[in-house]
Amino acid sequence: MMASSYNAKEEDGHPSGASGHGGPGVVKSKKPDNTAFKQQRLPAWQPILTAGTVLPAFFVIGLIFIPIGIGLFVTSNNIKEFEIDYTGVDMDSPCYTCAKNSSWNNTTPCTCSVDFTLEQPFESNVFMYYGLSNFYQNHRRYVKSRDDSQLNGGRSALMEPSKECEPYRKTDGVPIAPCGAIANSLFNDTLELFHIDSNGSRNAVPLVKKGIAWWTDKHVKFRNPGGNNNLTLAFQGDFSKPVNWRKPVYELDPSDPENNGFINEDFIVWMRTAALPTFRKLYRIIQKKSSTTPTLPSGKYTLDITYNYPVLSFDGRKRMILSTISWMGGKNPFLGIAYITVGSICFFLGVVLLIIHYKYDTRNNSADIPN
Amino acid sequence: AAGLSAMARRSSEDTGTVKAPESRRQRKKRSKENKTRTVHANLLYDAANKGEENPNRHYANNKIKTTKYTVLSFLPKNLFEQFHRFANVYFVFIALLNFVPVVNAFQPELALAPVVFILSVTAIKDLWEDYRRHRSDKEINHMDCLVFTERRYVEKYWKEVRVGDFIRLRCNEILPADVLLLSSSDPDRLCHIETATLDGETNLKQRQVVRSFFDLYNSIIECEKPNNDLNRFRGYIIHRSGRRDALYKENLLLRGCTIRNTEEAVGIVIYAGHETKAMLNNNGPRYKRSKLERQMNVDVFWCVVILLVLCLFAAIGHGLWMFQYGDKRPVFDVLSPEGTDLSPIMSAIYLFLTMIIVFQVLIPISLFVSIEIVKICQVYFIHQDMDLYDEETDSHLQCRALNITEDLGQMQYIFSDKTGTLTENKMVFRRCTVAGVEYSHDANAKRLAMYQEMDSEEEECTSHGGTLPRRDSVTSHQSARVVLRSQSTKSHRRTGSRAEAKREKDITPDPKLLDKVNDCSSQMDFMRFHSQPMSQLPSDLSDTIDFFIALTICNTVVVSSPNQPSSSSSLITNRSSNKGCSSLLSSPSAESTLTKLHEERSCGGLENAFSPVPPSYDGKASWNIEEGELRYEAESPDEAALVYAARAYKCSLVGRLPDQVTVELPHLGKLSFELLHTLGFDSTRKRMSVVVRHPLTDQITVYTKGADSVIMDLIKPPNTGRKLQKKIVCRTQNYLNLYAADGLRTLCIAKKILSQEEYACWLQRHLEAETAIQGREQLLFESALRLETNLQLLGATGIEDRLQDGVPETIASLRKAGLQIWVLTGDKQETAVNIAYACKLLDPEEEILTLNADSQVTSRVQNLVDQNQTTKAFHSSFAPFDLHPSSSLSSSSSHAAPFLVHRLGLVIDGRTLAYALDKSLEDKFLAVARSCRSVLCCRSTPLQKSMVVKLVRNKLKVMTLAIGDGANDVSMIQVADVGVGISGQEGMQAVMASDFALPRFRYLQKLLLVHGHWCYSRLANMILYFFYKNAMFVALIFWFQFYCGFSGSAMIDQWYLIFFNLMFSAFPQLITGTLDKDVSAETLQHLPQLYVNGQNSEEYKPYMFWMNMIDAFYQSLMCFFIPYFAYADSDMDLFTWGTPITTLALFTILLHLGIETKTWTWMNWLSIAFSIALFFTVALCYNASCPTCYSPSNPYWTMQRLLQDPLFYLLCIITPVAALLPRYFYRACQGTLFPSPVQVGRQLDKLPADTRRNILSLTRVKVGSPLSPKPPFLSLSKASPKGCNKNDQRSISGSKTLEATQGQADEEEDRSCLSGPTDSEMHLSDLYTLVPSEIDTLPYTKDAPQPAGELQPPSTEVSECLDKTLEPSDVSLSSWITSTPLLTPADSVQLNLLPDGAPQCVRYSRNSEDRLKPDHAVHPAHRTEQEVEQLLHTKL
Repeated sequence: MMASSYNAKEEDGHPSGASGHGGPGVVKSKKPDNTAFKQQRLPAWQPILTAGTVLPAFFVIGLIFIPIGIGLFVTSNNIKEFEIDYTGVDMDSPCYTCAKNSSWNNTTPCTCSVDFTLEQPFESNVFMYYGLSNFYQNHRRYVKSRDDSQLNGGRSALMEPSKECEPYRKTDGVPIAPCGAIANSLFNDTLELFHIDSNGSRNAVPLVKKGIAWWTDKHVKFRNPGGNNNLTLAFQGDFSKPVNWRKPVYELDPSDPENNGFINEDFIVWMRTAALPTFRKLYRIIQKKSSTTPTLPSGKYTLDITYNYPVLSFDGRKRMILSTISWMGGKNPFLGIAYITVGSICFFLGVVLLIIHYKYDTRNNSADIPN
Repeated sequence: AAGLSAMARRSSEDTGTVKAPESRRQRKKRSKENKTRTVHANLLYDAANKGEENPNRHYANNKIKTTKYTVLSFLPKNLFEQFHRFANVYFVFIALLNFVPVVNAFQPELALAPVVFILSVTAIKDLWEDYRRHRSDKEINHMDCLVFTERRYVEKYWKEVRVGDFIRLRCNEILPADVLLLSSSDPDRLCHIETATLDGETNLKQRQVVRSFFDLYNSIIECEKPNNDLNRFRGYIIHRSGRRDALYKENLLLRGCTIRNTEEAVGIVIYAGHETKAMLNNNGPRYKRSKLERQMNVDVFWCVVILLVLCLFAAIGHGLWMFQYGDKRPVFDVLSPEGTDLSPIMSAIYLFLTMIIVFQVLIPISLFVSIEIVKICQVYFIHQDMDLYDEETDSHLQCRALNITEDLGQMQYIFSDKTGTLTENKMVFRRCTVAGVEYSHDANAKRLAMYQEMDSEEEECTSHGGTLPRRDSVTSHQSARVVLRSQSTKSHRRTGSRAEAKREKDITPDPKLLDKVNDCSSQMDFMRFHSQPMSQLPSDLSDTIDFFIALTICNTVVVSSPNQPSSSSSLITNRSSNKGCSSLLSSPSAESTLTKLHEERSCGGLENAFSPVPPSYDGKASWNIEEGELRYEAESPDEAALVYAARAYKCSLVGRLPDQVTVELPHLGKLSFELLHTLGFDSTRKRMSVVVRHPLTDQITVYTKGADSVIMDLIKPPNTGRKLQKKIVCRTQNYLNLYAADGLRTLCIAKKILSQEEYACWLQRHLEAETAIQGREQLLFESALRLETNLQLLGATGIEDRLQDGVPETIASLRKAGLQIWVLTGDKQETAVNIAYACKLLDPEEEILTLNADSQVTSRVQNLVDQNQTTKAFHSSFAPFDLHPSSSLSSSSSHAAPFLVHRLGLVIDGRTLAYALDKSLEDKFLAVARSCRSVLCCRSTPLQKSMVVKLVRNKLKVMTLAIGDGANDVSMIQVADVGVGISGQEGMQAVMASDFALPRFRYLQKLLLVHGHWCYSRLANMILYFFYKNAMFVALIFWFQFYCGFSGSAMIDQWYLIFFNLMFSAFPQLITGTLDKDVSAETLQHLPQLYVNGQNSEEYKPYMFWMNMIDAFYQSLMCFFIPYFAYADSDMDLFTWGTPITTLALFTILLHLGIETKTWTWMNWLSIAFSIALFFTVALCYNASCPTCYSPSNPYWTMQRLLQDPLFYLLCIITPVAALLPRYFYRACQGTLFPSPVQVGRQLDKLPADTRRNILSLTRVKVGSPLSPKPPFLSLSKASPKGCNKNDQRSISGSKTLEATQGQADEEEDRSCLSGPTDSEMHLSDLYTLVPSEIDTLPYTKDAPQPAGELQPPSTEVSECLDKTLEPSDVSLSSWITSTPLLTPADSVQLNLLPDGAPQCVRYSRNSEDRLKPDHAVHPAHRTEQEVEQLLHTKL
């Protein structure tokens, strides 16, 4: 009791009669401080939500949103986009045979070409994407199946890849580089674009394969072990290539040591797992040549495909997309429509509130209080 | 507290033992051997061989250790304790689940983080508390005391004290252990102690030196095993001769008490350390779970169900998704680490577990922590409230229970004690009756009235003057030496203003009575001088003097002179210096005399005990001081009042010793009464007696003082006594009734003269009882009963107990708040009823049902119980009630709604209550009580009080609050949902047991109406918000499952996922939960009916949980699908897409909180800004910190990139708007179309201060006022004609006392009445709609706060003049109200003057006629309005 009563006294702020410090003069008033905070009288803004008070907010939102929406919609519509499905599901599709025969174990490349026509010229820089559908790059185990340290060129991680990479971690005791399911399933179709002149000749459209990945990925996250020189030496011997790959990682782009190995941009782009099962990934950039001629003039084109990537087993689709972009990214009318819709709804609700306000709330304002 | 409360306190604890059933006693006997402890003196053994053979060595030493943990045991023990909370186990389980590779969703270490965080916060808190305990233990253990070793006293630490040690205590020292008092420097072998630390009582208690403890070496003390009963100690000393001497609790000094008024005392340690009674009594705080928390737990359960459903859904989805691929395993479906392929069913099962981990946030881990934080803040603010600070006592409200603050906002029933709670418990002697003659003490009454004026003036003064240091006002005129003492002992006491303190002490004697006393004593003096027998004195004269002697000595008042300061009394020092305590072994001389006396007494030897005042008293200057400076330390205020009253008649108590009382009488001088026995007060006997030897007549006289009901029964039957006696009894009874009607507390004084033989005979058995170890209490009780019979009535006293300030106003406003107030008191019925009228608990307007079961009825009831006709019987006792004109209302009682409040008051006395609380009748009793507006239980025992509370609480399923100040309220306080103690005059027992301690009753108003409301609404909103927030966040991930093959993947980075609740969104809600005020304090106090909000749990109804869930799902849909479509078929990667979603969710959640926040202070703004800033800062740092870590998301540079993306900002604008649109719109519509009363209150707040004050103080407000969205809410109501009819039928006294006995004949009618449910149901339905309206209209009819004590408010004029300003629309409304049989409080205010009901009734009928006229002419224009109003009413 003693102990607790002492405690209790302290907590309660009660004088402890027994502790003997109750001499005259030391008694301090326990009167609480009269401060706004302690008395809960802090100056405060007290909005009351009634039709009358809320009404302006609705109109303001409506008035702001609708113009933004229109602006977005127009911007989106100005973006030119062309999409072509080359999966080869249909019998008459040029890639039908390739699609039927393709599998991960195929070693012989199958090629097919798809012709298409651009109705309108693409003026500015054109971005060339490949798109996959029904490909669940966001699957939980798939997303995890990588080793960032390895991809960063870490020596130890190279030799002992993370457990997350299982079952694509080692083959016969030899570590896989790059390990994991994401790397293993690297998109390996090759797309080439040809412009068919009016005279029928095929002109290869120059496709830039660098600058498609995030700068930070290319320069910070991904690094080759032992620098970019002599990758073959760095990788050979101690490592095996991923199961599904046809060539080892140091042969991804033998032509350019700045784009080979782990810092191959196609590889980097693939390693950035897509959010949704239908996605596109930047493949190449077609740079604007001059200010006078359009990047891609309207006309006939041929897309040559080295068909390696099997998607039919999971009912997937492969597409090639050509698109210009604006400040807000690719073509997507949704946001504009959404702004317009929400703005309109706000406006409409504002009107409803106005009616409510005049019907039920008027006395509230026009009231005169006695005195 | 009941009257004679200090005594009741003692008895309330004894009740258990007094009524110990036979079986228990037998059990005790069986286990006698191991139920005792023997204590030897340590001196013996120390000298011989280092205490090896000390028989005391097995007993606990005096070192205390209240800490729970040691350095080693802290971690395991603390964790073990924390895992008692189910939620913690759940979270740890989920975190551990992450370590299983097949199912893990997050990085295991990370998933453990929040749990570890929560656990460690709690652990640190526990550690800190334990450290504080350790420090205080250390401090206590290292206090010094003097222990006798090796022939001298040595200073030792407390912790070194052992059982069997002799210790010497000096004045103002604290006792280190339970000590048997062996010697005292006090010549009277007394030791005074102050027990404030134990029970908070600041009056001094006397302890006696053990009667015979001569031989220290060979005597053995045998006593009980350590137990926690502070008021029990039994044991004996076994001498070498084998003689046994009993020990009493009067011999025991308890640890923690302080020695006062005694220079030195020596004792032997009996119990030490943890075995002391004080330590055994020290049980930890109780854990109560609030209603809100119970409700919350239900919804937590629902969350679990939702969680399981979601997981199940996902698992099935995953199974199907797997199934559709068949044998062709897609490249993105990664094999398990072992490379084995899982069947769809197996992966579905694994996924189920994974999903539980992913969705764990749905069960909010931070909810429990946040609630605790918010509650601590709430307690802090309540504690800091200036309005709850009492300047007089310099005390605040204390929150002793930290976790039930929100319960304060949900109370439905208040059970209040009367004395000390509603009243001041400052007893003022008002009138008395001696020998059948009434002395009205008119002068005294006038003087009191004068004080009252002074009081009010003084209050004004202080209110203007600000803070005057008041606490020393009483003692300031006395010598400076007193100051120390008054501060140490009076610290808890309300010293009060000067006038108040005087009022207690100064009594202007009635001249007639004073003459009589003078006359009588001079005659006695004459007779003494001439050695005439005193019996020749005329009986009325002898009665008079006996009456005052009884007042003076029949009590336990201790006299202390202010010249005798506590530190060292000069008197005692002088006298005892020669003795001292230097040698323990020298037995003090006084001891032997006492023993001699004791032996003489037990032999029955009678010698002339008349001895003049002991010589030691003579010639001492200190005793010649003015009587006015003698101070009386009484255990209960009314004892003191009586002693002060007697002093006014020159019969003053000048000294009290354990065996002697000295009284100074006029002419006779000082007389010493040999005090043979004191039979203390207990609540069963309701009386106390002293047995003395009268110094003048040499007769053995018993003086008894007690409640009139018991004393009257014990009066000698008139046929044996004189004729006169019968007359006296009869007259006294009349006066008693009169006193009670005046609201005075009555006590009867009686005496009895014992012959030597009778006394010897009684003494024989009494001594047996005293020395018995087993069942001593029971035996003493029986012994007392044997003595207190055939008494001769001397007279009766009436003591006034003033109402506390603001009690009627508080009760009125609490009642308007929809609280049912029951008063449970131990006082007699008439007194209680009158106090109830005075504090407006009962209204003259009401019908009063009085249930007084006299013995006949009770026996009949019991007979009928046997015959299985209980129903009939009880209804027969309630028959008058049912047959009353208002029966159409009341007959619905048996199936009425819980809060149906009628204009009925129920008064029931303790005896009837005992039957009513019987299992078979309790339902009926409740049904009746529930239909009454106020209930008053008189003469109830502490046990009954708690039974009533328990009954109401359990049967009606309502929230109950019990408020009381005395020990007799402790059980009630503990039983109620919320116990409130008044830290008043009666010590701290009630406070110790309570959850909240208030200095004054009137603070209850602000505590409940303001803080209760706030706490409730804050917490309710916060809990709802929590559920919403978590559901909303989790749903985001759930929607994503549709797009990731139900694989348990999350687009939100796991760091965000785990810290979202803990960090990013935690602060604003805490701020809102702590500071949000839905309505200002001023408005809440002026519109008590806003309290109904909490009572009906309107902030948090079950459906609201589901509404919130639906809203959460809608909002998460918005937050998910707007980014989804915005980024559909883009090159967005998973976590770059998830980050905006997290951001949007954060914005939406914060804005949602913004909509729900009612008051925005800078703290709110700051917290929201801080949250957002924190999120972005953390995100930016996190995303820049490590390019290779944080698998799998590896969010390097994500946020940085997003911030460059205009789309991100566009999303941030539209999504919260779209998500919150419905809620915002709904709130706006609700605010306009059907605002809750709280919203109306908030609108009032918005008005300029003076306008608001006008509205609140106005009795009526016109329709079309700013509050017009709810016109009836502020409209007026009129007296109903029916109410007036009722009024007409009232008897003049204003209350019809219906005796239960008359009911038998009415049985059939009564039953037929009850069997007509159609009629009553119709009424019922009316009432359902109307009751709220009655409640609503109340405050506007309430006048501006009136000065206390003004019984006739000016409301008549106000209401009349305002009547004229009525507009037709008002009238239309009023017509609607008048069509109901409900009365409005407008009238009740006018009727608070008691007996004279007739003129008011006339006024009533006039009023109602006035109002009836326009009833018929309802303007059609107002029809629609009226309809709307009605609609709103029903909504309410």
